[in-house]
Amino acid sequence: MNFKIEKRAEASELMRWLSPFIAIGATLVITTLFFLALNKSPLEVFYNFFIAPVQDLYGVSELAVKVAPLMLIAAGLLICYKANIWNIGAEGQFIFGGLIGGWAGLQFLDVNSPWVLVPVMLAGVVAGAAWAGIAAFLKTVFNTNEILTTIMLNYVALNLLNFAVHGPLRDPAGFNFPESAMFNSSAAMPIIWQDTRMHLGIIIAVIACIGVWFILSRMHLGFRIRVRGADEHAARFAGFNAKAITWFCLLISGALAGLAGVIEVTGPIGQLTPSISPGYGYAAIIVAFLGRLHPIGIIFSATLMGLLYLGGELVQMFLGLPMALTSLFQGLLLLFILAGDLLITHRFVPKWKKPKADEVPNALAEGAK
Amino acid sequence: MDMELITNILFAMVRTATPLLLVALGELICEKSGVLNLGQEGMMLMGAVLGFIVTTLTGNVYVGVLVGVFGGMMMALLFGFSVQILNTNQVATGLALTIFGTGLSAFLGYSFVGQSIDGFHSINIPVLSSIPIIGKMLFTHDLLVYLSFALFGGIYWFVYKSRAGLKLKAVGENPHAAKALGLPVIQIRFMAIAFGGAMAGLAGVYLSLAYTPLWVENMTAGKGWIGLALVVFATWRPERILIGAWLFGLASILHLVIQGLGFEISPSLLAMLPYLVTIVVLVMLSRDPIKQKLFTPASLGKPFRAGD
Repeated sequence: MNFKIEKRAEASELMRWLSPFIAIGATLVITTLFFLALNKSPLEVFYNFFIAPVQDLYGVSELAVKVAPLMLIAAGLLICYKANIWNIGAEGQFIFGGLIGGWAGLQFLDVNSPWVLVPVMLAGVVAGAAWAGIAAFLKTVFNTNEILTTIMLNYVALNLLNFAVHGPLRDPAGFNFPESAMFNSSAAMPIIWQDTRMHLGIIIAVIACIGVWFILSRMHLGFRIRVRGADEHAARFAGFNAKAITWFCLLISGALAGLAGVIEVTGPIGQLTPSISPGYGYAAIIVAFLGRLHPIGIIFSATLMGLLYLGGELVQMFLGLPMALTSLFQGLLLLFILAGDLLITHRFVPKWKKPKADEVPNALAEGAK
Repeated sequence: MDMELITNILFAMVRTATPLLLVALGELICEKSGVLNLGQEGMMLMGAVLGFIVTTLTGNVYVGVLVGVFGGMMMALLFGFSVQILNTNQVATGLALTIFGTGLSAFLGYSFVGQSIDGFHSINIPVLSSIPIIGKMLFTHDLLVYLSFALFGGIYWFVYKSRAGLKLKAVGENPHAAKALGLPVIQIRFMAIAFGGAMAGLAGVYLSLAYTPLWVENMTAGKGWIGLALVVFATWRPERILIGAWLFGLASILHLVIQGLGFEISPSLLAMLPYLVTIVVLVMLSRDPIKQKLFTPASLGKPFRAGD
């Protein structure tokens, strides 16, 4: 290597903006090489992934259907990650919210009132928050690592869903398929664009992003969250209640994931099935990072991630490639985003170059610490 | 319950536990060095798909095993490079590795779905295999299961008795002190990460070449995560990983047993057991600061950079 990695004197504002785009570019380059190696035309794959899905208005509406849950979940995760709370359990919170919300929906199969929406959505929100609340309880009372508990709870939720659709919630008239009965349309988020599946969820998701932005940058609570995330000791010295912040962050993020779950189950899917989430809870983690942990950023990154899901379905249909291509893109993207952050605080310099004059005092200052 | 049923259950338990044992032993070494790699699932899948593809193409299972193990190791080194050189967050990077490995393995193995191969066969060890109960349980398996026993023995010795094991633990407990003692922290962590990847690759290979000799997209079905849970469950001790793997293996075939006895219980509810038990163990460990200090590698998940 003729380059060495050197710490910048100051974090680069330019790179903070550029690094997501660099990550996207690097992902495209690597996947191009993949497709070439496998004798697939990269242009054809990319066209089907990123352009074909949104060529007509119906495609745009379908994109909104995919983006809504991703944006909702990511908005909640953002708050957790800002506080340095590693909630990996959005998948489980989404599933549990969908399961309990779906159960509530099944109680109103014959009721045709717009008010049905309220208890159904509320059930999903409360269930999602409760699922995240388990991790918050274990963290605040027993000091149990939330990374591991939230991951384990993902699998517990998934198995609960499996149990429910194979047993108690299975449609008695469903020929023994592991599926619940279809929900009444009054249990679903209202459609906001006629003749499409686009529903109110996308508006709620944008509002959630703005709400999160407001909390984080305009409220004292947001300040406390950010201080806890940046330096736990500083937060303690300032007298901030770390336990209350942990509870708040996990409950909000669980509630949003649960809401996304119930919206998805009663709306676009229309019934409980064993696979209500195509990994939205994990993809939302990527959305949060790609959006640079900024509420406005995740509006854009959720759109890109939604496009990956939509494109994945199209590529499967038209090119006969596996749907898992979506995961391939997602994984590479996340790797490059994380790696790209290095460019913000560090830079590559040729090995023969001497350090610039303005960095010497800085190095000395660090040595003096 | 008759003797034959018990024998068969124990035999199936050891078989089911083998991939869990392999992946958990690898993650144990990795975590002992202070690195938390959540990419187990991705590394296993890459091992499984590469092992299967190469075996299909060459007709030689041993070449398949080697390439699968190598694939898991390469994935782990990708993780190691990001985490240690580029200083990325361990949790997020591990997750990225799992998502990436899931996608890449499905992509590579797409045209191999549904093909069949001649995988590993079981070898009955003479004399030993005729011991009642434990004979069938331990000595009528395929080569990879025996290899997992040997690896368990080797790792047990390495962790408790070897000098290198002490160095590994020193790095995991306090990398800064280890560096002050002159230990090459980054190198040691790289080796631990690579070993973890190789073991995950082997676990994957076992699934696609021995357990069910075929390739299916996402065939690990959460076994990597159970492996991760198992390390915590075992409080970072190899002998408890073996027992834990057998218990978790038993839990995943328990619904068959219970059905055999004439009871009905949902396999989904039983499948929750390993995860719930792990949460309980985590709580018991973490509520007691002394126990946590005793068992958990102190620097687990915390970054260490060459320049620091």
